[in-house]
Order: sequence, then C-alpha cells, then structure tokens
Amino acid sequence: MDLIWEGIRQAFWLILQGDSEVLRITLLSLQVSGSAVLISLFLGIPLGTYLALARFPGRNLAVSLVNTGMGLPPVVVGLFVTLLLWRNGPLGILDLLFTPIAMIIAQVIIAAPIVTGLTIAAIQQLNPQLRLQLLALGASRLQLFWLLIREARLPLLAAIMAGFGGVISEVGAVMMVGGNIKGQTRVLTTATVLESRMGHFDLAIALGVILLLLSFVVNWALTWIQQQGRPR
Amino acid sequence: MASIFPVVARELAPCEMSQASCNATFKGIGILFLTLALTLSMAFPTTRKAAAESPPKRAIILATTTSTQDSGLLDALIPIFQRKTGYVVKAIAVGTGEALAIGKRGEADVLLVHAPEAEEEFMAQGHGLHRKAVMHNNFVIVGPFDDPAKIKGMASAAEALKKLAQARMTFVSRGDGSGTHKVEQSLWKKAGIDPKGNWYLEAGQGMGEVLRITAQKRGYALTDRGTYLALRKGINLTILVEGDPALQNFYSVILVNPSKHTRVNRVGAQAFADFLVSVEAQALIKAFGVKEYGQPLFYPDAIK
Repeated sequence: MDLIWEGIRQAFWLILQGDSEVLRITLLSLQVSGSAVLISLFLGIPLGTYLALARFPGRNLAVSLVNTGMGLPPVVVGLFVTLLLWRNGPLGILDLLFTPIAMIIAQVIIAAPIVTGLTIAAIQQLNPQLRLQLLALGASRLQLFWLLIREARLPLLAAIMAGFGGVISEVGAVMMVGGNIKGQTRVLTTATVLESRMGHFDLAIALGVILLLLSFVVNWALTWIQQQGRPR
Repeated sequence: MASIFPVVARELAPCEMSQASCNATFKGIGILFLTLALTLSMAFPTTRKAAAESPPKRAIILATTTSTQDSGLLDALIPIFQRKTGYVVKAIAVGTGEALAIGKRGEADVLLVHAPEAEEEFMAQGHGLHRKAVMHNNFVIVGPFDDPAKIKGMASAAEALKKLAQARMTFVSRGDGSGTHKVEQSLWKKAGIDPKGNWYLEAGQGMGEVLRITAQKRGYALTDRGTYLALRKGINLTILVEGDPALQNFYSVILVNPSKHTRVNRVGAQAFADFLVSVEAQALIKAFGVKEYGQPLFYPDAIK
C-alpha cells in the first residue's frame, strides 16, 4: 500500500517538476494515439454510415466483421504490422518499423473498427423517417451524410472516446512495432511495463497515474463537448 | 442545392435540441480538432528534424537481451555512442533466442547476445560476419532465505538443481528460449533430469518478471547476477549457489552478415561493435553499477 501512495506522490512530483523525459513520453503517447484516432474517424465514420444505410448482399457479414474487429487483440495487430513492416517484408522498403508512424498504423487498425462499429450503431438508432424526410426535402447524398452525422453526434462522440480509450491504454501493439526505444518510441504504457520489469514500481505507478490523468483530461473535454449538445 | 441546406437543417434541428446548442457542439468539436492538430504539428517537427538528421543508413538496429536493458547498461552506453558518431541506435530488447532469429532474417544490424553455443551455430551457418567477446558476468541460483531444499553453498549448480528436482521445490524457468533459459537447460541436462511436473513453472517472461514470480511463490530460479542485484531491493530472494564455472555468462557482439541481406547497415553495425570493445566503453562497463550495488554488474572482456 505504501508503494501505491509513493507512486501517486511521485506522479504529481514528476508533473510539477515538468520532468523532460516523462513529458516527452506523455506527448508521444498523445501524438500517436491522437493521430490514430483522427485517422480512424476519417475512415470509420464514412464507412460506418455507409454500412448502416446501405443494402447489399453480404452486408450482415461485413457488419459482423467490423464488430469482431472491435475486439482485435492488440498483440495480434502488432504481430501482423511487424511482419508487414519488416525490412524483408512486403512494406520493408518504407523503413517504418520501430518508428512512431508504425505505431500509428497499428493503432489505426485497432481504433478504426471501434469507431466504425459504434458509428453503425449510432446511425441505425436514428429514426428511419428522418432519412426519408431529408431525401424528400431534396438533400444531396453529402448533405444527407452530414445531417445524419449531426443528428447522431452524441453517440459518435462516445465512439471517439471508445476509440481513444482503446489505443491510449494499449501496450501489445506499440511494444511490438515501436520497440519501446528510449527517446523515440517509448510511450506511457511501454514505459510502465519497462519500469515495473526493472523493479521501479513507484515510477511505474507514477507513469500509470499520468496515463490515467491524460485519459481523464481528454475524455473530460470530449464529454464536455458532448453534454453541450444535450437536449434540454 | 446549397440554398436548401440551411432550410433542411432548421427544419430538423429542433427535433432534438435548439439550434444554438447544436452549433455549440460543432464549435466544440472544431476547437478540439484544432487543438489536437496544433499539438500534433507542434510535436512532429521534432521527429521530422530527427529523421532529417538521421537518414535511414544512420539508424542501427540492435537486437539484444532483456538483461542489458533491464540492468540499465544500454541506457548508459547508447547515448554516448550516439553523441560520438551521430548514429541513432534502435535497441530492441528481446531474449537471445529471438535476437538470433531476428539476426538470421537480417532484421537487425548488430546483436549483443549471451548464448555461446547458439552463437557458434549462428556463425557456422554464415548468418554473422564477426563475433567478438564484450563482457561477462555470471549466473546464480537464488531462492528463499530459509532455503527449504538446503542447497546453499553447493559448488555444483547441476547438483543443486538435482536436489531441487528431487525435493520437488518450486522452480521458475524463463521458458522463453533466452540465453538464460539455454544455460538452465544445459544444467538440467548435465544433472540428468528432464524437468517436468507442477513444481516446474515455465514463465515465458523476462528475467525481472521471473524473479518476481519466484519471490511470490517462494521458489528457486536461475538468474544473471546483474538483474538480481538490480532488483534485489524489491524481492525476498538470496543467492544460494554461485561460482560454478558452468555458471559463467558470456556476452558477445555479432555483426549480421550483409551479404545475405542487402539492407543490413554494415558500416553502422561495425561502428557500434567497435565502440563496445573500445577502451572507453569497456571502462564504462567495468564501472557500471559499482556505485549503486557495491560491485560491477558486468566484467569487460575485450580489454583486460
């Protein structure tokens, strides 16, 4: 129990001091996971909307695949991305393995299905009459898409939170494709693993607390935005 | 078409909320994205700059063992090498087995490993260009302070293991094909025992994790002295068997053969290997950990 208090104390001390190593690790975590979520939104929201509205044979299969993808184990994603990015692998020429870009790629693969799956659910729970009404009023496809997104913004913000939560806390994929290299690809989760492996439990707890704080701040901001739009 | 858009929006927006609060949501999302984009753009120039300073060939991939990282030795050596040469070292800490496998595929440029037999096989198969001794330390058998199996002070590690097996004492093995695991396996072989049963736990994890599991289970384990010393504070284990010549732990640096894999950075690998056996690095290795643990964690071998 002492160890936990010591860790929490140290976390605040590290934040107050502005420890440059911890700051760099925290910033990299935010960059990698933030970029991954942004990219996932651009992929997942259009795809999810399409799957929610389209009627084509095999649609149920596609939706099932997306829903399965929501639970992709990060280590499996990490393994596949590593194999693809290996020097002698199919994408080896890009020299991306053990770089932040590789970590973003892996996290997009983890977050995109989450965003897509929750988008499907969000769009489908809208009243189907709404779509008919919009079309009757002469909305173009793009306008229809935009207005439906607008209507579903509350659950869509939840999709962003779920996607972000999925990748910021993930350790398996970033460890494999990033390599946990000091000053280059070390993020909060991999640093926590390393510190606890080295027996620095207080520091490991401190990093964990910082991760939780970061997650809280981001989710608080998203929730604030979400609740601004709450029907009164 | 465009003129219809606001009409449609106004028609539908009230179905859930007022127009104002709806706009606020979007303004909020806009601000959020802007902040995120700013953070990202602020931070990425640094990575881009680093990339510009270090074109691909300036990066060296070092595959090494968890013990060199967990003990903190790499963090002491690599920054000095980087400052001196301008290379960027990407150190991937895995078990020796995995490091050799990575080397075989040409995914790393240089290896720092500790499994002499496997290394010799690696060289014989032509996967390596050069191999040079860097340093050594030794393995020890650790266990609980009260030592229920009474192996304390035994001279032969193999005999001690035999006694543990006969008493069916909990033994935690790395079980991950690492250099430590290979040494442990050769000791069991020497003892004429095939370790099996519920007393023999294969953890499949790094040395630090294995020591922690051993302490929690009040069992025994084979560990390199460096990791044990580094972790000793947090775990309730003591050294019981040491000094057997079979417990020597030799670390070598191996250059991956570039003739098999064209993308291997031979020049960079050579520079790193030269650094490891240089007078400066060898002195650093000798002094490493002395202040903290009262004894060196590694003994340099390249320069006597």
